[in-house]
Amino acid sequence: METTKDKIKKLTGSKAMIQALDQEMDRDDSIFVMGEDVGKYGGIFGSTTGLFDKYGGERIMDTPISETGFIGAAVGAAAEGLRPIVELMFVDFHGVVMDQIYNHIAKIPYMSGGNVKLPIVLLTAVGGGYSDAAQHSQTLYASFGHLPGLKVVAPTFPNDIKGMLIAAIRDDNPVIFMFHKTLQGLGWMDQIDASLGPVPEETYTIPLNKANVVKTGKDVTIVGVQMMTVKALEAAKELTDLGIDAEVIDLRSIKPIDKETILKSVEKTGRLVVVDEDYYSYGITAEISAIVASEGFHHLKAPVVRIATPDVPIPYSRVMEKFVIPDVKDIVDTVKNMLIV
Amino acid sequence: MDHIDIKDLLWMYRAMKKSRYFEERIEKAYLEGKQPIFNIGAGAIPGEMHLSNGQEPSAAGIIVHLTNNDTVTATHRPHHEAIAKGVDLKKMAAEIYGKKTGLSKGKGGHMHLFDPNVKFSCGGIVGAGIPHAVGAALANKKKETTDIAVAFIGEGAANSGAFHESLNLAALWNLPFILVVEDNSWGISVAQKASTSIPSNDLRASSYGIKGYLVNDNDPIEMYKVSKEAVARARKGKGPSIIEIKTYRFLGHFQGDPELYRNKEEVPSLRAKDPINRLKEYLLKEDLSTTEEIKTLENEIYTEVDSAFEFAIQSEYPKPEEALEDVFY
Repeated sequence: METTKDKIKKLTGSKAMIQALDQEMDRDDSIFVMGEDVGKYGGIFGSTTGLFDKYGGERIMDTPISETGFIGAAVGAAAEGLRPIVELMFVDFHGVVMDQIYNHIAKIPYMSGGNVKLPIVLLTAVGGGYSDAAQHSQTLYASFGHLPGLKVVAPTFPNDIKGMLIAAIRDDNPVIFMFHKTLQGLGWMDQIDASLGPVPEETYTIPLNKANVVKTGKDVTIVGVQMMTVKALEAAKELTDLGIDAEVIDLRSIKPIDKETILKSVEKTGRLVVVDEDYYSYGITAEISAIVASEGFHHLKAPVVRIATPDVPIPYSRVMEKFVIPDVKDIVDTVKNMLIV
Repeated sequence: MDHIDIKDLLWMYRAMKKSRYFEERIEKAYLEGKQPIFNIGAGAIPGEMHLSNGQEPSAAGIIVHLTNNDTVTATHRPHHEAIAKGVDLKKMAAEIYGKKTGLSKGKGGHMHLFDPNVKFSCGGIVGAGIPHAVGAALANKKKETTDIAVAFIGEGAANSGAFHESLNLAALWNLPFILVVEDNSWGISVAQKASTSIPSNDLRASSYGIKGYLVNDNDPIEMYKVSKEAVARARKGKGPSIIEIKTYRFLGHFQGDPELYRNKEEVPSLRAKDPINRLKEYLLKEDLSTTEEIKTLENEIYTEVDSAFEFAIQSEYPKPEEALEDVFY
């Protein structure tokens, strides 16, 4: 965001996405959206509401449940110079179409020696916390972050959602754009303050490779993504009452990962807690711990602590789901253990 | 093949009515804790809820011809099939309430019901159950049994790769497999005409060299007749079939679906042709049953379903840390 004179309105995550799509589609005729229920329904998680009425079925295309077909078709269309934005409703559904994603979308630009560009944006909803069980509640950040050739972003706040979506659309590389259901500000889900925030009306971009320090502090660094950033901020507030000054980093970009911002913060605080809604093993918490262990070890005053969903599928029953997904209390307790002997 | 067994029709009526009443109770219970403001994650039954009201003939009309040893795989909208297949009603209700006494100890929820005792399973990924049933049919063939496997899908799944790959396998290996396509006209908000290049999926049978059947207008009797033939063929080793039934979705894709995409007159016109009422009228008109007999049967259903709900409601929740169990044996 460069200017302060822009008109700024409070928008939900969903409205911020729609505004980004609308402004970009208005600017560039080569952009079109396809996916299940993106038309009249407006996207199950409100990503395209109203766009069908404005742009019609030629540019906001409802697809059959032919996921390998339409995501594979994005490859062909992008190679021919269009800029497809494809939504696959839940990140969990990508199992059906992973060949197109990890063998084709991720690799064709490289295998072609950079001669084939695939400016595709894959939109998908992530996250649990509302008892949708094992096949509809995952985040899978790390599964996508593991694959060379894909940029993977997961913004938290409406301002970042808009700026990063515009940047993703304008990027000539394939970008997986993950939006968290609870951060969309939908009327039929949990209502949380973080899902509503100031968004400039003008178009702007936010880089796809930069984390953001959302609260400065000196005692401990807490790194989160999406809902875990929100929970880290709540935890930081509680910790303030205990005299602990936590710094909170919103990762925003899974791949490429912004090492500098994390290392700079750990250099200051000497302590690191990484919180992730995704599974524990081989995940974001492991990646960031490894980065700090390799490149910032001498700054650490305490072992790094990883808080993540344990290695179990997300259970249906509320009591068990609450147990596995990290919460504010888990973060507060962890930091207390680190700092209060 | 046109012979209709009265007992079968009464069995079907019972299965359909039981499913309907079970779901009417779910529909009410689902709203508990979600009013006045609807929050999908709140209340006694949180998460998505996909109800099958109106689609009962698809399940009852074929499962009446199956035994406990025949396999059924179902979809994210599974209650009518689960109930017809004889899934333990108490444990099923308890699972939907997220209780420890549920089929999966609260781990699965309404989209993920597993009852190996009656060879029933379902799942939340469209089309994924089709190859599972093909695999069960392959096992039946290898074991030289006369058991068969039936996969249920919505018309939306017929455009997935899994559909075509599975049918080719089933045909190639001449498996005792039947695919039932429940065309309820809608894949969430996308109309059948907007998702599928042909009017009905029985036509696709010819591309695999297998038998295709079409049941129009959600007709329970026709579903019964057609399924009888398809099941008999499968048991005799005469190969797989596709049965498409044009059925009705009375409710939204999920509870809470605003349904702005469909004409307001559609549902009332479908409800006017409620298949359960039609079957009842048929039974009475043809003197196959009496008002008293049906009343008794209905009362038995209410008692059974109510006691399943009572069991579910009274049951304990799992302990939070039980979440960590069952990943591996």
